[in-house]
Amino acid sequence: MRGMGGEKGEIKKDILFRMFSYAFEHKALLSLAIIIMIASNLLALWGPDLSGKAINAIGDSPEAVDMKTVIYYSALMLGAFALSAVLGYINSIVMVNLSQKITYTMRRQIFERLMSLPVGYFDKTATGNIISHISYDVDTVNSSLSNDILQIGAGAITVIGSLVMMLRISPVMVSVFLFTIPASIIFTRYKTKKIQPFFRARSGKIGELNGYAEEMLSGQKTIRSYNREDVIVSRFDKKNKITVDAYYDAEYHGSVIGPSVNFINNLSLSLISMLGGLLYLYTLTHTENPIPYLVISLGNVSTFIMYSRKFSGPINELANIMSELQSACAAAERVFRLLDTEPEPADAPDAVELTDVRGDVTLENVKFGYIPEKTIIHDLSFNAKPGNLIAIVGPTGAGKTTIINLLMRFYDINGGKIKLDGHELRQITRESLRRAYTMVLQDTWLFHGTIFENIAYGRENATMEEVIEAAKAAKIHNYIMNLPDEYNTVLSDDGVNISKGQKQLITIARAMLADAPMLILDEATSNVDSRTERQIQEAMYRLMEGRTCFVIAHRLSTIQNADLILVLRDGEVIEQGSHDELMSMQNGFYRSLYCSQFD
Amino acid sequence: MKLFLKYSKPFAPYVCLGLFIKILGSFSELVIPFILEHIIDVVVPTSDMRAVLFWGVAMIVVSLLTLVLNVVANRMAAKVARNVTEGVRHDLFRRVMYLTAAQIDKLTVPSLESRLTSDTFQIHRVTGMILRMGIRAPILLIGGVLVTLALDPVMTLVMLGTLPLIAVSVLIVSRKGIKLFTGVQDKVDSMTGVVRENATGIRVVKALSKTDYEKRHFDGSNRALVAAEKRAQLTMALSNPLITFFLNAGLAAVIVVGAYRVQGELTKPGVIIAFMSYFTIIANAMIAITRIFTMMTRGIASANRITEVIELNQELTPVENTKKCPREGYIVFDHVDFSYGKMKKTLTDIDFSLTKGGTLGIIGATGSGKSTVIQLLMRYYDADSGAVYLDGRDVRSYTADELYSKIGIVRQNDFIYNDTIEENISFGRDLPHEDIEKAAVIAQAHGFISDIEAGYDHQLTSKGTNVSGGQRQRLLISRALAGKPELLILDDSSSALDYKTDANLRRAISENLGDTTQVIVAQRVSSIMGSDLILVMDEGEIVAAGTHEQLIESCEVYREISDSQLGGAFLE
Repeated sequence: MRGMGGEKGEIKKDILFRMFSYAFEHKALLSLAIIIMIASNLLALWGPDLSGKAINAIGDSPEAVDMKTVIYYSALMLGAFALSAVLGYINSIVMVNLSQKITYTMRRQIFERLMSLPVGYFDKTATGNIISHISYDVDTVNSSLSNDILQIGAGAITVIGSLVMMLRISPVMVSVFLFTIPASIIFTRYKTKKIQPFFRARSGKIGELNGYAEEMLSGQKTIRSYNREDVIVSRFDKKNKITVDAYYDAEYHGSVIGPSVNFINNLSLSLISMLGGLLYLYTLTHTENPIPYLVISLGNVSTFIMYSRKFSGPINELANIMSELQSACAAAERVFRLLDTEPEPADAPDAVELTDVRGDVTLENVKFGYIPEKTIIHDLSFNAKPGNLIAIVGPTGAGKTTIINLLMRFYDINGGKIKLDGHELRQITRESLRRAYTMVLQDTWLFHGTIFENIAYGRENATMEEVIEAAKAAKIHNYIMNLPDEYNTVLSDDGVNISKGQKQLITIARAMLADAPMLILDEATSNVDSRTERQIQEAMYRLMEGRTCFVIAHRLSTIQNADLILVLRDGEVIEQGSHDELMSMQNGFYRSLYCSQFD
Repeated sequence: MKLFLKYSKPFAPYVCLGLFIKILGSFSELVIPFILEHIIDVVVPTSDMRAVLFWGVAMIVVSLLTLVLNVVANRMAAKVARNVTEGVRHDLFRRVMYLTAAQIDKLTVPSLESRLTSDTFQIHRVTGMILRMGIRAPILLIGGVLVTLALDPVMTLVMLGTLPLIAVSVLIVSRKGIKLFTGVQDKVDSMTGVVRENATGIRVVKALSKTDYEKRHFDGSNRALVAAEKRAQLTMALSNPLITFFLNAGLAAVIVVGAYRVQGELTKPGVIIAFMSYFTIIANAMIAITRIFTMMTRGIASANRITEVIELNQELTPVENTKKCPREGYIVFDHVDFSYGKMKKTLTDIDFSLTKGGTLGIIGATGSGKSTVIQLLMRYYDADSGAVYLDGRDVRSYTADELYSKIGIVRQNDFIYNDTIEENISFGRDLPHEDIEKAAVIAQAHGFISDIEAGYDHQLTSKGTNVSGGQRQRLLISRALAGKPELLILDDSSSALDYKTDANLRRAISENLGDTTQVIVAQRVSSIMGSDLILVMDEGEIVAAGTHEQLIESCEVYREISDSQLGGAFLE
């Protein structure tokens, strides 16, 4: 978060610099673009010169027309413009390439950062907002970056060139700019600073709106089933109104800058023409011993004004660019804030790369809460020996899923120790730790891709035979073969013809193929009917064999032969032992849970 | 364009006023150089100091006027853009909320999402820009052409001779551009789709150490988007150099023709010189117009994507002249066949009836069509043949309002959103707190809600990630119960509850909501064994129907399931 989130001008400079550094990374392309741009502009300037020559050749009377020369210069002019057009297009090619390179880089960086963020970030952040960063924000930054940088470059050349010319004609007249230019700079800076919060609000609001739209879209069926469309639409309207108002506010205040700078320029032009007139008068009246600086010819007055128009053109433009830059800055700030979000802390330098995992897991006095002030797990200790089946039972909300989050180090514990094969989790590289587990979760996750890809996801280079074998073991093969494209059927978002249970079976097949030394089953078969469950039981046993397994289940019958049953209640293990041991406790919680399922 | 006209209509006078002010502003802006030239060419040579000062001050006044007019016009433009965007977004979102399941399946959620966000954003940008810049350029163009026509019609026509070429190239480029930009938006859809997938499945991605794979996966869609955008932009970039070239070619022709005309004493050399300066104005205006065209092309591509959704046919509207219900019963399925997308049959000859106040249990293997039965009852889809009746009427004859106000439903993995618990149960129905609490008590949710510090005001995260799966389900059941529905549908919605809670829930429902008709889809025999009618489904057909006792006797499949979950457990 370094340097972000403040409200001072300093910080903005930071963002601006960081933003432009993306363009400067492609120095070769950038300089090529500038060179071509200058060449193409020079050619475009040469054109009028040629046309002037052609017109001169016409002369001032019908007899004086030099037809040959006219045609010669016209043809040359055509050539110059053709070349200029070609160069102009080449310049576009370079610029498009540059800007797309930047967009590509930014999106890649965002995505890579996302992938390194702790799971908690995704638990907290609306997906729509994340998407807003990677699409809207990046687009805004980029559209301003690629155009503005070039315009500023080109503008600077023109400004400096014309300034030199003007100084040569009359330094006295240039003095007008001594007042007007600081005036526009001060005005622009003052306004920009005032407007910045509006632009920041605007970017934030659109992110919120996107988040809301995404969330409500995901619940559209439910909203319809409850006839709540109108309520949700009216809530959306409120947010929509806030967003467009934020837009309007930003534009309302921003719209002053361009015309105002334009006005200041026109003001200098008026002043210059008046001063020019005065000086010309002086020149006429003081023919003897005039002060040399004040002498000016009529022709020079008009040339000076021509240059001062050229001079103020880019400054006008700059004011327009400012407002674009402003929204780009606000968007960039959001992008950078995401890029600066702390990733999962790096693995300890001496972290071990686990290779042959035996699966000996020990928890000692583990303490944990999602927010530090609110401890969910107070003091948890147990030991799972290699190949053991550990069942975790307890009422909903007792912290079962939290244990899984800790075992896989999706979250770091606040106190105590978790050890795998004698190494503390923090001393193991995350990747090798996570690779040691396969998991099947209650919330199945399949992606947009073929069934084959979804099953093969856990193992690189899986063959079709292996995938089919896993699918057969998970009892989903027959269903797949009935689909129009069999294993090549594409699963799309909210795919129609696939039930939750079938999705779960596909993830079980995925887990079977992944072949990791340890296994986590969090309500893995909650959506599978018990007949199918029994049919895949054998395969599940095979899956569990020789692996340390953590199983969360409600159907107590499925976990009776666990080596260790942990009974959780309010974040504490209140009972632990084998099924028989627990059943022998007359007033035990487990016993009462177990009996309740036969009520 | 049509979209803009449609949404700006309500404040047409305002738009006209804004445009008028913009026209005034443009004119006063054009006056400034005239005054300037007048000062240099006419006033200064006369050495009349007072005249110089007079015109100088006049120029300042006009500049001030320009400032005011432009600021006002730009603000008005911003307001119009705001209102248009607000309207478009509202209509789009509203339409999306009323889409049928089949329509959403076809459009896909990520695509709808980007239409709602990035496409409406484009509309905003383009609308504002056209209003701000779209006036000045045409005025300059037309004004310039008119003046040159007055100067020398023949030369003007020569210059305008290139106009068809320009028009054709602009047309081709922008037509192609619209197609390409639509393609770009589609690529945006798939890029954001990948991000969405990863954001939701981050645990699996990390657990399987697939982050590198996903990075590559994203890289693919990122590259595809960049390529599409490049193609679109490069196509659009053609128009500017082409037009500049054509215009200047016209100018070269003007000079040559002009030379001949001077030779033939048809025109004066001074006219050609004057022609030159107006040509610059015309050329600049043309270039500004192409720029606007480029923006518009992108805007039109977005507008098309939006209208595509807004103009979708209203599907599943109430059907008149439906047949009367053939037999007694609150819910009647009369020989219903159904298939998604008319492909493989999902349901075959589903036929049953349930009396009012009764409980229907549906059990069966994964993929046997249990949820599909619910989908038809809710009329998310229409049956291919046969009919579904609710309370004596064909479900197709109901308006959505009528139908859904009778029903409280909890679907698998249902929707929890970022708001308080109270609001998630009330779900925008303005229910009194007692009703909400009562529903929560029955749904076994009141206990854990009271344990939370903020109670019913506790803020849930999007998708309810800050409560457990079982708690989520109990909140959802509370939501369904709070509306006091005639018909309660629980589609596999107690799977995350432990047996004890599940049993308490069933008991509480039957004690408190005796007259409510219930449909329960479940995996657990214990959840449905008390039902008046149990349907055992397999591969889209009802293989057996009856009460628990009857089925234990007669249906081997049912007995198998039951044994494995209940009695059988003791035998192992």
